Amino acid sequence: MSSRDRIFATLRAGLKEAVNDPGRRAAMLERIKTHPRNLVPQRAQIPHAQQVALFTAKVEALTVTVDSVPSEKDVPGKIADYLTQHNLPARLRVAPDPLLQNLPWSDRPMLQVDYGHGRSQDLVSVTPAFAGIAETGTLMLHSSSTTPTTLHFVPDHHLVVMKESQITGSLEDAFQRLRDKLGDVDNWPRTVNFVTGPSRTADIEGVPVLGAHGPRRLHIVLIADGTP
Amino acid sequence: MSMEVTSQFFEKNASKALKDPNLRKAMQIIGGPMASRRVETARELPEFEALRDEGVKIRNHVLQHIDLYLERFEQQLTARGGKLHWCRTPREARETILALCRSRDAKLVTKGKSMVTEEIGLNAFLEEHGITPVETDLGEYIIQLAHEPPSHIIGPALHKTREQVAELFEDHHPDYELNGRKAGPRSTEPQVLVTEARHVLRDRYFQADVGITGANFLIAETGATVIVTNEGNGDLTQSLPKMHIAVSSIEKVIPNLEDLSTILRILARSATGQEMSCYTTLSCGPKRPEDIDGPEEFHVVLVDNGRSEMLGTELQPLMRCIRCGACMNNCPVYHSVGGHAYGWVYPGPIGAALDPHMIGLETARHLPNASTFCGKCEEVCPMRIPLPDIMRYWREQAHEKQITPPLQRWGVELWAFAAKTPWLYRLGTRIAIAALNMLGKDKGRFAKMPLASGWTDGRDLPAPQSAETFMSQYKSRKGSRK
Repeated sequence: MSSRDRIFATLRAGLKEAVNDPGRRAAMLERIKTHPRNLVPQRAQIPHAQQVALFTAKVEALTVTVDSVPSEKDVPGKIADYLTQHNLPARLRVAPDPLLQNLPWSDRPMLQVDYGHGRSQDLVSVTPAFAGIAETGTLMLHSSSTTPTTLHFVPDHHLVVMKESQITGSLEDAFQRLRDKLGDVDNWPRTVNFVTGPSRTADIEGVPVLGAHGPRRLHIVLIADGTP
Repeated sequence: MSMEVTSQFFEKNASKALKDPNLRKAMQIIGGPMASRRVETARELPEFEALRDEGVKIRNHVLQHIDLYLERFEQQLTARGGKLHWCRTPREARETILALCRSRDAKLVTKGKSMVTEEIGLNAFLEEHGITPVETDLGEYIIQLAHEPPSHIIGPALHKTREQVAELFEDHHPDYELNGRKAGPRSTEPQVLVTEARHVLRDRYFQADVGITGANFLIAETGATVIVTNEGNGDLTQSLPKMHIAVSSIEKVIPNLEDLSTILRILARSATGQEMSCYTTLSCGPKRPEDIDGPEEFHVVLVDNGRSEMLGTELQPLMRCIRCGACMNNCPVYHSVGGHAYGWVYPGPIGAALDPHMIGLETARHLPNASTFCGKCEEVCPMRIPLPDIMRYWREQAHEKQITPPLQRWGVELWAFAAKTPWLYRLGTRIAIAALNMLGKDKGRFAKMPLASGWTDGRDLPAPQSAETFMSQYKSRKGSRK
């Protein structure tokens, strides 16, 4: 008997008579298919304009900085300002995502922009996000051919370009958007990252310190495109 | 060859811990800010208590269907290109992981935080076979340098002071120079020490052949494993090497993403008092053909190690545990003796309830006694696990199976007999009170007393003020009030 079989045999013995209940399999399949929501906090169930305000307040409380811009064409300027402000070299490692590739980088000829995954020498990354979650000030990002995961963790500074219309209320709202985008579960990406503030640790005497292993700073450029 | 067990020496370990000044300092942090942060963030979410109930419901539903959800998880994981390895014993898990590492010719393995790998004693085993494991969670890294086991499930090095950490770093990376430090003593500032660890571990992530992480949850709907961290080390560990191995245990399966959302809301608040930990990552399968980063292979090693035997028994509620550590952050006994005294991977109330099952009641028999039964652990447990009841169950088992020493057993039986025979009990207390009153009349207290040194070593025992027992005083006062 394989280990797998023995583990299952022990579990089924522990279930006792219930194991023969014909409704069990249907209950499991139903819960996966309909994935009903459990209790969702009131805090997340608010109109979109309030979600944007809550998201901004929540991320700022986590030391994330937010630059609101009226349109995409203002993004390169704001990013250049960020680099100057933090005394950083004018080099960016950027996710090869259409939104970012189509930004007017040429307006800022001093910026050295190259596309690809995160490498040890990269100080600053620029990535899109899939959604922002107002409830806790959380970013939802996922891997794809144009959004490599290493850009979210390797550089010291992680800059995120996203639109207000991407902000949702709850975690459940964000998961639903991802399901709607992907269709079948077979299209699920290798990884989904929820990022809530910069990297931190309290492992030495419980003292909170930012910048443990992941990005020391998280900065969001938020394009005010209104409500979806 | 799993992690060395010292639970059988709990009494000795605890006495030693009580005299350790560094530990006293560390325990103030756990009982102070760590416990109060939980209260604050919970207060900010009006639905917190209702969400705990929802969490319990999810876990109970899963336990009634656990075989089916595990099958579904395996099927989905396989469909995403991952591979599942079922391991009944720690030995089987170690061998499986070693074989996977060897298939990659691995020399260096980076590790995210995983209690199950502590449980199976993975690091020592890999080292014996010529593979270097490097812990990347700061707390785990510190205790790896110190050759110590973790003392807390989410803050493994909280028993270490900043001075001790600085000393360890001085010993292990003496050549490391931070901006400005040319000579002289190493700074003990946490910020400076964290930066040093960041720099030292940076190259390791890129050099590693295999990355090993734990998994807080397994999602049946998508076949994903989930890690919840603050440092980002787990993500670097699993996204840079060619192979990612997630080591977890069977009870961590949950149905879908909505259930994950609910449990995440109570996990971080209970653990660190955050609304959400910095990084929550879902991983399913290796890199897709079109992806430009990520591991080429993704393996999940699922360890049973006796868990399946808890189903359908008094211990089943323990399978709801989400390993948040709230029970230890709020336990007066843990605050007094620290995590190492418990002598195995899981300390505190959860350890006192779980360890007797996992390492044997004979070895762990002291742990269920390391409780004042104040009930705080059950009160704060997000999954409402009846920890005091389970500790009581173990005490009964120890008594019935004659694991408790004979003298203690006879004492309990004698007391039980007297308590169930009122006339005898009253006679006994009358004689005892009269004797104590007579002997202690002069001083009004006892500095020493046979069989009561546990009390009199630290303070005097007051002598009774009169020869009257409680019952006789009660009766006479009740009479006079009429």
